[in-house]
Amino acid sequence: MSPIHKLELSGVSKSYRRRGHLLPVLDHISLHVREGEFVTLLGPSGSGKSTLFRLIGGVERPDEGSISIAGKEMTGKTGHVSYMPQQASLFPWMSVADNISTALVTCGVEKKEAKEQAREWLSRITLGDVADEYPHVLSGGMQQRVSFLRALLMPRDVMCLDEPFAALDALTRAEMQRWLLELWESNRRSVLFVTHSIEEALILSDRIYVLSRAPARILREITVPFERPRRSDVWTLQEFVELKKDVLELLEEGEPAIV
Amino acid sequence: MLRNIVPPVLSVTVFLLVWQAACKMFSLPPYMLPDPLRVAERMAEDSSLLLKHVAATFQLALMGVAAGVAAGIIVALILHFVPWLRSAVAPLIVMSQNIPLIVLAPLLIMWFGFGLSPKLILLVIICFFPIAWSMLAGLRHAEPHLREYLAMIGASRRQMLLRLELPASLPYFFSGLKITTTYSVSSVVVAEWLGSSKGIGYYLYLKFKGYDIAAAFGAVACIIALSLLFYGAAALLERLVIRWRPRTGEKGGRQA
Ligand SMILES: Nc1ncnc2c1ncn2[C@@H]1O[C@H](COP(=O)(O)OP(=O)(O)OP(=O)(O)O)[C@@H](O)[C@H]1O
Ligand SMILES: [Mg+2]
Repeated sequence: MSPIHKLELSGVSKSYRRRGHLLPVLDHISLHVREGEFVTLLGPSGSGKSTLFRLIGGVERPDEGSISIAGKEMTGKTGHVSYMPQQASLFPWMSVADNISTALVTCGVEKKEAKEQAREWLSRITLGDVADEYPHVLSGGMQQRVSFLRALLMPRDVMCLDEPFAALDALTRAEMQRWLLELWESNRRSVLFVTHSIEEALILSDRIYVLSRAPARILREITVPFERPRRSDVWTLQEFVELKKDVLELLEEGEPAIV
Repeated sequence: MLRNIVPPVLSVTVFLLVWQAACKMFSLPPYMLPDPLRVAERMAEDSSLLLKHVAATFQLALMGVAAGVAAGIIVALILHFVPWLRSAVAPLIVMSQNIPLIVLAPLLIMWFGFGLSPKLILLVIICFFPIAWSMLAGLRHAEPHLREYLAMIGASRRQMLLRLELPASLPYFFSGLKITTTYSVSSVVVAEWLGSSKGIGYYLYLKFKGYDIAAAFGAVACIIALSLLFYGAAALLERLVIRWRPRTGEKGGRQA
């Protein structure tokens, strides 16, 4: 009945072994991302969001459950997602443009084509004049833009963004959210986004999965009702404020009682 | 630029002046400690011979460094890709570095004769180590978050090496190279001293036999100059190759 989902996790569990103890991190997580959908994983720090990404990226295998990408079983296989980590993770010895083009080459894009694309898009996001600079001359916000662009241009089925703005100051962060929203709304890709900011989740996403503390379970799935393109003052709406309150309560309930 | 040059030039000049003055003041006999002017004079007198030996030493040191660097890089790469071999041979390699030069050199001469090969082998043994060890550290300790990024986007082992590990190891390689070049010339000299018919080491050997201490000091000056030349070349190469590091005083991208 369902059309093929870009990303589908069913019953994914993972534990780590630490000093002889088994530490459950993910507890039967099932979720999906549709074509062109912006889905957010919202969960407290340490709940296992990055671990989930490592499983989706195929860097690690789940203990249980399966992961499929664009309808194909991909559990434990790398090279099927694009990724934007929390730190910009640009290579300091490559120019900004080369950082993007080499990532595209990794995905099988032809070298010349990759270079052209990198340049064209850098000027499109008004970073054309730093294309030949080394990343260290860029501000933190600019580095994140480059990092996002790099993920966006990779021809992969799913984009995984792991708290991309967590390291930025509040002002830059709000600006980056607007920027990302605009860019994404004109280039709809299937996105799985991780954050622990409720507002950020509500501003950006189509759907939100709320995770509990570790071991992470899905507490609730929320469909965000605000229309696209999102208004920049969406956070002033009554509905927004109520939704935010709901989620906050949910997260507090999900917390084990403090003894 | 000027600020970097003035202090060392000044300190060396002062050192030479003090030396000169001390020799005059305590009227030391030249066969105990010749004064700098006497040394310079002696160097000028002997210049054609000295130059010939300097050239020989330079050539040998250059060959030794080149072979040592090549060996160092190859060893680093092999040990990087074969971890069990790394743990197996690491103690042996470290042991090889603890054999004193004055033992190693005569042994090698005994085994390989007085030709070029024992000296070259000696130099390779000495020169490869700083390169191999620092480069190995660089290859292994490449930024973990960059490693994670490449793994997540599905980069191959080859891409991991070319895009991350090799460039990340370059600064380590150059600090190894600078250590190697510092050692190389004096190692060549020891080898030449022990068995050769040319080179500064041989020249030194002759001059000591003849109690020509001023000439020996002149040879030392040449050794220092050669070592500095090698070191300077390594440092220059480093500056040419590693251009991505922020210059001091220029603040890079801010990140938490
Ligand atoms: N390789 C590992 N070995 C052992 N434990 C691990 C490993 N990786 C992660 N963990 C543990 O798993 C839990 C979840 O970690 P993870 O990094 O996935 O959390 P997160 O939700 O991304 O947190 P944050 O929001 O702070 O980034 C943590 O308790 C962490 O210590
Ligand atoms: Mg995380």
